[in-house]
Amino acid sequence: MADVLAFENVSIAYDHRSGRQNILRDVSFTIADGEALGLVGESGCGKSTVALAAMRYLPRGMSIVEGRILVEGRDTAGLTDHELSRIRGNRIAMVYQDPMSSLNPVMPIGRQLMEVPLLHGETDEAAAFRRAVAMLEEVRLPGAAAMMERYPHQLSGGQQQRVVIAMALMAEPALLIMDEPTTGLDVTIEAAILELVRELRAKFGTAILFISHNLGTVARICDRIGVLYAGRLVETGNIASVFHAPAHPYTRGLLGALPRLHGGRRRGRLRPIEGTIAAADRARMGCAFAPRCVYAVRHECEERPVPMVPANGSDAHLARCVRLDAIRASAADAPTIGNDEPVAGDAPILLSVRNLTKEYKLGGMFGGTGKVVRALTDVDLDARAGETLAIVGESGCGKSTLAKIISGLLTATSGEALIGGTDVATIPVDIRPPDLRRQVQMVFQNPDSTLNPSHSIAYALTRPLRLLRNLANRDAKAEVSKLLAQVRLPADMAERMPHQLSGGQRQRVAIARALAGNPGLMVADEPVSALDVSVQAAILNLLAELLESSQLGLVLISHDLALVRHMADRVAVMYLGRIVEYGPVEQVFAPPYHPYTAALLAAAPTPDPDAEPPDRVLEGSMPSPTDVIVGCPFASRCPERIAGLCETTPPPVRRFGEHRIACHLDLDGTPAQPAAETGGRVGIRSSIS
Amino acid sequence: MTEIIHDIGRPRAAPGLGLAGDAHVGLLRQVLNILTRSPLATVGASILLAWSLLALLAPWVSPYPPNRIDVALVADPYPSAAHWLGVDHLGRDILSRLIWGARTVLTVAPIAVLGAVVLGVFLGLVSGYRGGFIDAVIMRIGDTLLAFPKIILYLIIIAKFGASAFNIIAVITLSSAPIIARIVRGVTLDVKNRDYVAAARMRGESALFIMFVEILPNARGPLIVDFFLRLGYTTIAIGVLGFLGVGLPPPDPDWGGMVKEAYGMIFVWPHMTIIPALAISSLVIGANFLATGLREASLDG
Repeated sequence: MADVLAFENVSIAYDHRSGRQNILRDVSFTIADGEALGLVGESGCGKSTVALAAMRYLPRGMSIVEGRILVEGRDTAGLTDHELSRIRGNRIAMVYQDPMSSLNPVMPIGRQLMEVPLLHGETDEAAAFRRAVAMLEEVRLPGAAAMMERYPHQLSGGQQQRVVIAMALMAEPALLIMDEPTTGLDVTIEAAILELVRELRAKFGTAILFISHNLGTVARICDRIGVLYAGRLVETGNIASVFHAPAHPYTRGLLGALPRLHGGRRRGRLRPIEGTIAAADRARMGCAFAPRCVYAVRHECEERPVPMVPANGSDAHLARCVRLDAIRASAADAPTIGNDEPVAGDAPILLSVRNLTKEYKLGGMFGGTGKVVRALTDVDLDARAGETLAIVGESGCGKSTLAKIISGLLTATSGEALIGGTDVATIPVDIRPPDLRRQVQMVFQNPDSTLNPSHSIAYALTRPLRLLRNLANRDAKAEVSKLLAQVRLPADMAERMPHQLSGGQRQRVAIARALAGNPGLMVADEPVSALDVSVQAAILNLLAELLESSQLGLVLISHDLALVRHMADRVAVMYLGRIVEYGPVEQVFAPPYHPYTAALLAAAPTPDPDAEPPDRVLEGSMPSPTDVIVGCPFASRCPERIAGLCETTPPPVRRFGEHRIACHLDLDGTPAQPAAETGGRVGIRSSIS
Repeated sequence: MTEIIHDIGRPRAAPGLGLAGDAHVGLLRQVLNILTRSPLATVGASILLAWSLLALLAPWVSPYPPNRIDVALVADPYPSAAHWLGVDHLGRDILSRLIWGARTVLTVAPIAVLGAVVLGVFLGLVSGYRGGFIDAVIMRIGDTLLAFPKIILYLIIIAKFGASAFNIIAVITLSSAPIIARIVRGVTLDVKNRDYVAAARMRGESALFIMFVEILPNARGPLIVDFFLRLGYTTIAIGVLGFLGVGLPPPDPDWGGMVKEAYGMIFVWPHMTIIPALAISSLVIGANFLATGLREASLDG
């Protein structure tokens, strides 16, 4: 039988006023019936264009300049619009990143599902209704019949994505294309969706083209993987083969640049890929990766086209590289392993947060609804000089609110945050005394909005020098070069405008800006989450270097457990505005766990095809912050909930030295506790340790 | 997904005026850059430039003194070799009056609009950045002003204070400022939540500094577009005031006044009305073309 989808030497170009830009070059792959192929690459590598080309949905100006795309053996180039639309509806279905873009906001989801078979004229209303309900049950939506009447906005993001998947499967397609289907979702929701896709795949036998920037999700779903760089496939092979023995230097780089959840890597260094991602349109004869490659040899790599050659002696694993033998013999790109010794814990305390609570009253000009949002409830933690305190949790857990209160961009409702003996919890930054303001500086998440597009880099760095350190203009200028050097940027960068810098470079400037006032404490709110993997590694290394060479304390806000494992000395796990677990990193990442921490760890996608799939995934989603929580905030989703206790009584704080867990469960302090008591947690422990 | 620029190896071409902020590229080069990309903007700018040059050089290029009456000419007022656009009912040369009249409209309109921009920018920034009660008060006063039909507002104020260039400027400033304040407030509400504003607060910049140095430059794209659009509207407004007889006092030439004076004779000597009306239109269209072209060019990126 023919492959469900085949790309044969496909090149795609985009024509615009200033000329032609190549998006894909000579891309070839096949997806057999029932097979799942993962396509990974960083932004701009052309992975989404592959999806659009498979559907023949290329945007205006983009065209296939070479090669053929076959769907079930038929060349799509020769098909009429009518035939193409039949293929799109019946044979190939697509799931995009944003579910709301695929759902009609003014139509109940049941009707939208029923339209699929009805439009194809396959069934009558009653049969379509039954199929829609059955499909909603397949995607594990609770109360499927009632769900049919709901509108998209009444569902959570994870539920919406389930509906989109159900809609895609209604047509019983031969191929399901998923373009970053879990990228906007929280890690526990993501794990549940990935689990669902695995199940549905086993049940329906649908082939999948899974496009993602996240190696971990691909490892969980796919049989084979293709790695795209600058519009070319640089490596293809079976998941196990590629992850265990990556051949192409770019794949090796991507894997080496990723912080890992496993083992002690604290204070280690990642292996970033130097340089910036190449645009596909470089009129390059040879390897597009050569300028960034540590193994590149000029005449060999750059002067003639590089073919796909068998890696590891197998035709099933191909890499586009001429230096495979040299690379195998060398280990120059292995990441360095850090130590995992416990921190001393006697460093001076920079910041001490006690019983911090933040409430918002909802409502407009005339009183409002009287509802109160509790963003933070009784938060306690300490940040010490020279240490990294990570605050980890999913969206809405209050971690950013906490960061903003510490830095003075918001004020707390009650409780205190002591910095050098002064309680700053209710002092907005605008009226903090200059010396206090200097103490805490912040690095923001989004590289696109962290620098003012109207002002130069020199401006961004000079202003804090003048205001926080009272430097005269001339001294400030000299200091700007020093700051740039500290974040490994050339001094002439000062004259540039933000839009002339890459995302990683802008984030470096943001770090330099935060360092300008010589702060004691730096608060970094998801500093690398908007960056590509290879760039992210370089920023994390930079932060690690800065921390080692100074007594700077870092408060690191993140949703990424692997990153936290890599960077943090102490960790606070937050859920619904409360700290559920807090302690030194090696203790938080080892049993006993709070059930939520355990779920987070199990859900985190790891780039390891041998990792056990999570033995269970969390049901439901975080309660609304306006709900009044009497007992444990996690009770509504906790797999180990003690009925009648957890919902009604606030959990006691169990202490194991510095490590503390807020939970009703009888958690024993030693890791070697009897299995009988922890039941489900054994599986979790084995999968992450 | 947000667009991340670093996937493209080279920096992007400098985008349009101001919207993406390229203070380093010289303003002249930016303007030329946009003009070469947008034919509409080129046509608009040419019309405005032509009228400005004529107005500037009026003493030298105007063929006759604008107020010289020669009743003998009224016998044959139509365009001729001596009077290219003909003469009006008092025998005054229409071309000369248009050229001198351009001086009036091209000083009054830009000053009025600039005044509106200054006032509107200040109110919009304060309103958007401070929010709350101050915002509500400023915006409600603006809404009240906007609720009046403009012409009525003009007539009330000018009837009260008299017709003079200063009063016309004041009236237009007051009536346009609320709209500009709304534009600036919108940009401010968006920009004030950007991280770079938080960074400015964290280093202790004053509120005024944040408003004018951090926020305002990011509004310059929409403001420049609006400036030219408003220049067009204001030209119409000055024309209307002239037509209603509350414009600039005679005898100095005023395009709206010219239309009004000749209006009664439109069926006898149509050119006396149509030519100044076309002059008004050309200026309005020029300003509109330039505004539209600038907007397209800045959206193009």
